[in-house]
Amino acid sequence: MTTSLLIHRAGPAMTVQDLGRPGHMGQGLSMGGAADRTAFIEGVALLGQSLSCAAIEMAAFGGEFSTTADIRIALTGAPMKATLDGEPLVWTASHLVKAGQRLSIGPARTGVYGYLHVGGGIHTTPFLGSRATHLTAGIGGVLASNQTLPIGPDSHRGDVGKTLTPEGRFEGGSVRVLPSVQTDNFPGVVRTRFEMTGFKRTPRGNRQGIELVFDGRPFATGEQLTILSEPMVAGDIQMTGEGIPFVLLPECQTTGGYPRIGTVLPCDLPIVAQATAGSALSFRFVDHATALQTHKSPAQILAQLTTSTRPLVRDPRAIRDLLAYQLVGGVVNALEGDRIE
Amino acid sequence: MLVTFSDVLTDGANSAALAFRAAVEALGLDGVSETSTSLTSTFVTYDPLLLARDALRARLQELTEDRVWSAAPLPTNRVLWTIPAVFGGEEAGPQLEEAARLAGVSPDVAVAELCAKPLRVMTLGFAPGQPYLGSLPKNWDIPRQSDLTKRVPIGAITVAIRQIVLFSTSTPTGWRQVGKCGFHAFRPNAPEPFALKPGDEIRFRSVSDQDFANLQAGDQSGDGGAIREGLG
Repeated sequence: MTTSLLIHRAGPAMTVQDLGRPGHMGQGLSMGGAADRTAFIEGVALLGQSLSCAAIEMAAFGGEFSTTADIRIALTGAPMKATLDGEPLVWTASHLVKAGQRLSIGPARTGVYGYLHVGGGIHTTPFLGSRATHLTAGIGGVLASNQTLPIGPDSHRGDVGKTLTPEGRFEGGSVRVLPSVQTDNFPGVVRTRFEMTGFKRTPRGNRQGIELVFDGRPFATGEQLTILSEPMVAGDIQMTGEGIPFVLLPECQTTGGYPRIGTVLPCDLPIVAQATAGSALSFRFVDHATALQTHKSPAQILAQLTTSTRPLVRDPRAIRDLLAYQLVGGVVNALEGDRIE
Repeated sequence: MLVTFSDVLTDGANSAALAFRAAVEALGLDGVSETSTSLTSTFVTYDPLLLARDALRARLQELTEDRVWSAAPLPTNRVLWTIPAVFGGEEAGPQLEEAARLAGVSPDVAVAELCAKPLRVMTLGFAPGQPYLGSLPKNWDIPRQSDLTKRVPIGAITVAIRQIVLFSTSTPTGWRQVGKCGFHAFRPNAPEPFALKPGDEIRFRSVSDQDFANLQAGDQSGDGGAIREGLG
């Protein structure tokens, strides 16, 4: 019998995601996929499974879940308060969830997108080779309370209790940008001012892109309303008719008629996606050679993250009821926080 | 990597982009992950770990000099769709009068011009399956609006810069909506989700509200009463 994930309560913008659906740009369909691809791959690494295993993306708010059979989970991305039958769970770690236990995930403490991965992956029917929900294209939809999702067969049952330390990316920061086709449409002084400007993310934004605000004149090229639409990709920084920047995310349109000043490096894009409203972001141009040094395929990132996973060490001071645990040999001094598992 | 044949839209530059994309596909270069076209450009997505940027640039440069791309023939197996549509009115075409004024004609003449001849699917883009159709006569070289329309429906017929965009999803837009049809360019539940391909042609046929309603009633196909003919 198929194992199911029961969603008792869903946050407002919860979706099924994987690494997206490449190959359809020429048909107007952008790749889509997890807003924070790094976080997605972290979950794959923690569960030791395939990059094709889909997970649940939670935007700022979590939800309540249970399952019909014992499953493995991993929690990654924006740290959220998670409990299992009331006991706190470590974020960016893998855990066992037994049939009928209640997994409760609260709002994000920092950052935007959190991920709930399950061993075997969320097993919805793929569309054009991917399970990623693409809201703007109308592929799949937002997950709702009382919905049930199928879980795929898990080949590593029981392998839990791993963690890794995510790279900090949940509070804005400096982001590297590669010049692109229309960068030269912006005069040099405008490009310099762009690098000197401190931007803030506004509340306006979704999986398609986010809006930035700043003090100063708009970043206009002067011919915004009549230029031809050209291809665009996630990471592009587009200037609207008012000269206000939008950074595009995985569900962006495939072509756009507004000029783009540059493209955020893929490895830095999670910083943009995870920036909460009001977070500071700044941009600096790098050349192709520098960008190339940072570039890794998902498989390479997975290999790197897999080697940096380590056993989850539980701090006894964080355990509410020590008596519920069998302390091996009774020699562990709980107050000093020795390893007990 | 973007190969652009013109900064302004011409039929020749569009043909060039389509033919050049096919030629890049035919090269079968290792490391090229995806190709697409915009109105006058071919876009080549590649993995810089597998294919060096300079090597790709050299191959594409060489290919641009291989023939006169603007004279290249259009793709084969093209289709002509004749699509019934309603123009004007608060719901179907709230900006017809404004767009006609910008194009320097009356609303009636505007509709006649928009329906006068088949328009080529110059590219699919922005949203899944969504066609940019052109080229309209010169007087339709009108700008996008600087404010956005909050939301146009699926099937919205919108105009700007000598083109029509037939919306495949419901989104905000800077293009002015002059009409509406029942043709779904993106059909997520159909065996072939993308109804159109670049090079196909669309001719709009202006019908009354009543005829439009009759044509849509009971349509399950997503064609919205459109008629399909092969162009060879």
